[in-house]
Amino acid sequence: MYLTKEEELILAGEYGYALQKAMEILVALGEIYGADRLIPIKSAQVAGVSYKNIGDAGMEFLRDFVDAGARVSVYTTLNPAGIGDDEFMEKQGRVLGLYRSMGIEATSTCTPYYGANLPKFGDHLAWSESSAVSFANSIIGARTNREGGPSSLAAAIVGKTPNYGLHLDESRRATVIVDVGAEVRTFVDYAALGYHVGKTLGNDVPYFINLKPQKTEFLKEMGAAMAASGSVALYHVEGETPEYRNAIDDRIERITVEDSDIKAVREAFRDDWSGIDMILIGCPHASLSEVKEIAELLRMRGRPLRIPLFITASRAVKALADSLGYTEVIERYNGRIIVDACFVVSPLKGWYKGIATNSGKSAFYFRSFGFSVRLDDAENLIMESP
Amino acid sequence: MKLKGRRVVGGTAEGELVVSQKPLSFLGGVDPETGVVTDAESDIRGQNISGKVLAFPRGKGSTVGSYVIYALKKNGKAPKAIIVGEAETIVATGAIIAEIPMVDGIDVSKLKNGATVRVNGDSGEVEVLNSGE
Repeated sequence: MYLTKEEELILAGEYGYALQKAMEILVALGEIYGADRLIPIKSAQVAGVSYKNIGDAGMEFLRDFVDAGARVSVYTTLNPAGIGDDEFMEKQGRVLGLYRSMGIEATSTCTPYYGANLPKFGDHLAWSESSAVSFANSIIGARTNREGGPSSLAAAIVGKTPNYGLHLDESRRATVIVDVGAEVRTFVDYAALGYHVGKTLGNDVPYFINLKPQKTEFLKEMGAAMAASGSVALYHVEGETPEYRNAIDDRIERITVEDSDIKAVREAFRDDWSGIDMILIGCPHASLSEVKEIAELLRMRGRPLRIPLFITASRAVKALADSLGYTEVIERYNGRIIVDACFVVSPLKGWYKGIATNSGKSAFYFRSFGFSVRLDDAENLIMESP
Repeated sequence: MKLKGRRVVGGTAEGELVVSQKPLSFLGGVDPETGVVTDAESDIRGQNISGKVLAFPRGKGSTVGSYVIYALKKNGKAPKAIIVGEAETIVATGAIIAEIPMVDGIDVSKLKNGATVRVNGDSGEVEVLNSGE
């Protein structure tokens, strides 16, 4: 891999230990994956935030890295944090503090594009969170591989990433056509479609035909589910997403999705309300319009929920919901907006045993954690819930 | 016997081999306090990698596994060197931040548990000094 004079100096340790280590990580990844050079990035989104995931091992590394003078050189935000008991929250607070001392914006969200960190078409990024990576690549047309915690941090510090994978035109072309023969209308239909396609394809680049999403949120949800049940980091939708015109260049394989496929996913997550003790909306973090919809549904329901409703969202969206009055409505009906956190990366076992959600991604993870799961559209969840 | 691989992390080390023929997850798969392999799917489950030369086909699992490799080093329980068939992000990053010599591109099915090897992370070479049998 070609390195500039300055990059060579960083690698030789001329700019200190932290930059040297970060550069070593980028160069090693570049060599492993056959990059020709490093390219500048516009922003980073760093994983390895929840104390449940990184533990004392990760915290120790971050502390040493801060002591060695690690500072980010591009605008950087964080993955959602975990929530837990007092001891957990104390450690979680320390993790966030360490990232803050590196100059990272300590806003922890899988939807940075709803606030602090909105890329534009063609920008090179080093993002981590799988649904955010999917959104940035597919809906915005920015370019990022699915980075791990240390590699996104290294890229944030150096301000560059190795030029391979989804940074390259040829890796962004579709590898399979997904013909949507099924009727796909609601939020959860899109979640189920994403879940089914992710599970079927693994890490392909799907090209959807016959899909007309009414809302961007539907695609956000589909992408999140596809990145959870499989590892799809980029997809195209004919007539919808920005790169579909150049996505197909020769004959590629085709799969068809039927109504029965969507129904099968919905039926796989139909656990009875008797085993459900919380409702989760906002995976990925809810947009303002999703929050507004929930507030309106609660008003229509007209009586408080007997089991708690949690809406996870970014700080930015919660601030708007507060000032527009939606938060107050939601709280009146036994709901709460939880900011900058994620239940999937929280030690929830023992607190709750079953979740009702409109998220295919959450359904996938909570089932794997041994929870009862009921997957349905928000309208049905709010109206049917005890 | 000399095997020629590729440099991932520089440095040299000599020691006894612990060889797995299965992909290894460090997060939840290796105890950072003791160096004992706990990965239920691993063929070296229960073995201690501390102070050994660890060889396996490739890493798997969470990218947080890099931090487990770092913790092993801080706790004095890290392997002396790492040999893999195919380097990927998790293990390469872990070896870099923990400063453990590492080479890739080695056919680990040719390596035997208990053999003594010398790993040269700079040249990418692995030399088998005695077969251990």
